[in-house]
Amino acid sequence: MATKETDNQQQRSSQELPVVLVNRLPSFRLPSKPPFEDDLLSHFHLLDPHDSPEPYDSFLSRHASSIRALITVGTTPVTAEFLNLLPCLGLVVGTSAGLDHIDLPACRSRGIAVTNASSAFSEDVADCAVGLLIDVLRRISSADRFVRGRMWPAKKEYPLGFKLRGKRVGIVGLGSIGSEVATRLSAFDCSIAYSSRKKKPSVPFPFYANVGDLASNSDVLILCCALTEETTHIVNKDVMIALGKQGVIINVGRGYLIDEKELVQCLLRGEIGGAGLDVFENEPNVPKELLGLDNVVLSPHRAVMTPESFEALLQLTVANLKAFFSNKPLLSVVSNE
Amino acid sequence: MESIGVLMVCPMNSYLEHELEKRFNLFRFWTVPEKSAFLATNKNSIRAVVGNSSAGADAELIEVLPKLEIVASFSVGLDKIDLAKCKEKGIRVTNTPDVLTDDVADLAIGLMLAVLRKLCESDRYVRSGKWKKGDYRLTTKFTGKKVGIIGLGRIGMAVAKRAEAFSCPISYYSRTEKPEIKYKYYPGVVELAANCDILVVACSLTEETLHIINREVIDALGPKGVLINVGRGPHVDEPELVSALVERRLGGAGLDVFEHEPEVPEELFGLDNLVLLPHVGSGTVETRQAMADLVIGNLEAHFLNKPLLTPVV
Repeated sequence: MATKETDNQQQRSSQELPVVLVNRLPSFRLPSKPPFEDDLLSHFHLLDPHDSPEPYDSFLSRHASSIRALITVGTTPVTAEFLNLLPCLGLVVGTSAGLDHIDLPACRSRGIAVTNASSAFSEDVADCAVGLLIDVLRRISSADRFVRGRMWPAKKEYPLGFKLRGKRVGIVGLGSIGSEVATRLSAFDCSIAYSSRKKKPSVPFPFYANVGDLASNSDVLILCCALTEETTHIVNKDVMIALGKQGVIINVGRGYLIDEKELVQCLLRGEIGGAGLDVFENEPNVPKELLGLDNVVLSPHRAVMTPESFEALLQLTVANLKAFFSNKPLLSVVSNE
Repeated sequence: MESIGVLMVCPMNSYLEHELEKRFNLFRFWTVPEKSAFLATNKNSIRAVVGNSSAGADAELIEVLPKLEIVASFSVGLDKIDLAKCKEKGIRVTNTPDVLTDDVADLAIGLMLAVLRKLCESDRYVRSGKWKKGDYRLTTKFTGKKVGIIGLGRIGMAVAKRAEAFSCPISYYSRTEKPEIKYKYYPGVVELAANCDILVVACSLTEETLHIINREVIDALGPKGVLINVGRGPHVDEPELVSALVERRLGGAGLDVFEHEPEVPEELFGLDNLVLLPHVGSGTVETRQAMADLVIGNLEAHFLNKPLLTPVV
């Protein structure tokens, strides 16, 4: 009975609303706060293979000719093989800040546009990056542990931290997130420099083509770039040594941007001063050596996770899909540079 | 100058102690077992007192030191010094303004981010292994939150400048409105609290500002509001704050100061919407050195009959 009703519903709505495929790993779901599915259903006819009793492949091939757009949930991969099953696809809507799970060259060669969600998250990620930096330099989490551990009356003094004003901040990746970080830290009178695939002529900050050079001229490195083949382990031992013994690394990008084993060794040996990390190579596993360090602040990949950023993500998702189906310019299309 | 007696009332900075010892006859008050006897013996050689935010020069101490000429505080706050008594006796007073402004403002913003984004809590979550069992929950966005500042002096203005970079609308309460300032002024603290998301205490501690954060203000700030105190513990009615936090009538707090440091109310240790710091507002290597240099500079200037660097009285 339920199936018959759903089929009738689908028949009616497929004549009225554009079809959008929800691409997700079985354990992933669209966010429930705000209620993504409810909101999307008022504009689009959603197809979700994992919600159907029909086998995945058969469901997909039956609907393939009507699927022009898909939403990929979180880091659910979009591979070339998958794209081959959807010959009419024209749009992939990403819902996470990163895009390393989407085969961008495969999309490009098939003429499929990809939109990203970084503008929905950029303020929250930037806030988190600045928060982690102040925490590491001023020992906030460590001092909070000290007080809660009832050590203040006995120990009287807490070890001094380091001043933020005047620190040379090197931002790796000056996209929407990196730019928001730069705006914030400028107000603390930090000097800003950056490294990026290409120099940005409209940006007033000094540019370094090479992350090692950026590190040599910085006290702090903040990683805000996408993870690609080129940027994997972009922060390696040489970069860390160049940053120096007082240097601080903040990572709100992807774990693999840093050679994690080397990072641990550099921290243990005092080759760098400290780190604030929201991401790790093998989440949710964190190298156990870090768990005992006071000059490290650890965050469980939460930089984007506020209700406000999800609300912004929903609006951006709906806006991109509506633009696509009415042949208007997409809001956050990923460019080819 | 080696014969000039300088009384340091409590330990505060070993570089400062070392440098004072080179120049003066330094007495470390906290090492003295019989304080009254000590003062009786040495009162005629003590010409300067060095204090900080924990201890300074109250009327009792001033009365007992007939040769006291100058009190140099290793702090910007003056609440531990009887300023009226110093004025009456012609005793000079100096503090350490400006050099610590950035650090205190940075800490205030750091506390806001740590409380709203639960940085300390989620760090604990990772260290305890809980992340392997499940994701941490959503936290609250900081950008765009309304920030209300009590006291728009050097520190208050520095907090405002930073918060503006996060698109936070700024409002303030001050003894008098500052017409040249573009931020919104509220003539009362309760009104300010009712109209902001995050309330920051950045004023000096005086008789008027004692317990300026009371039950009425806390209620106005409300269950989604956050209190940040980088001023002095006695700015806040601490028992009222504790019950408001425990009963969730107040959304959260970032506290660098407490009424009876180093004691912190036990009830606070179990709460996850707080960040508790051991009075580290100016606690950086760079700033403490700069503060120490100001204390030394002020004392040297005084005893060489030169203009004081940062006089208050």
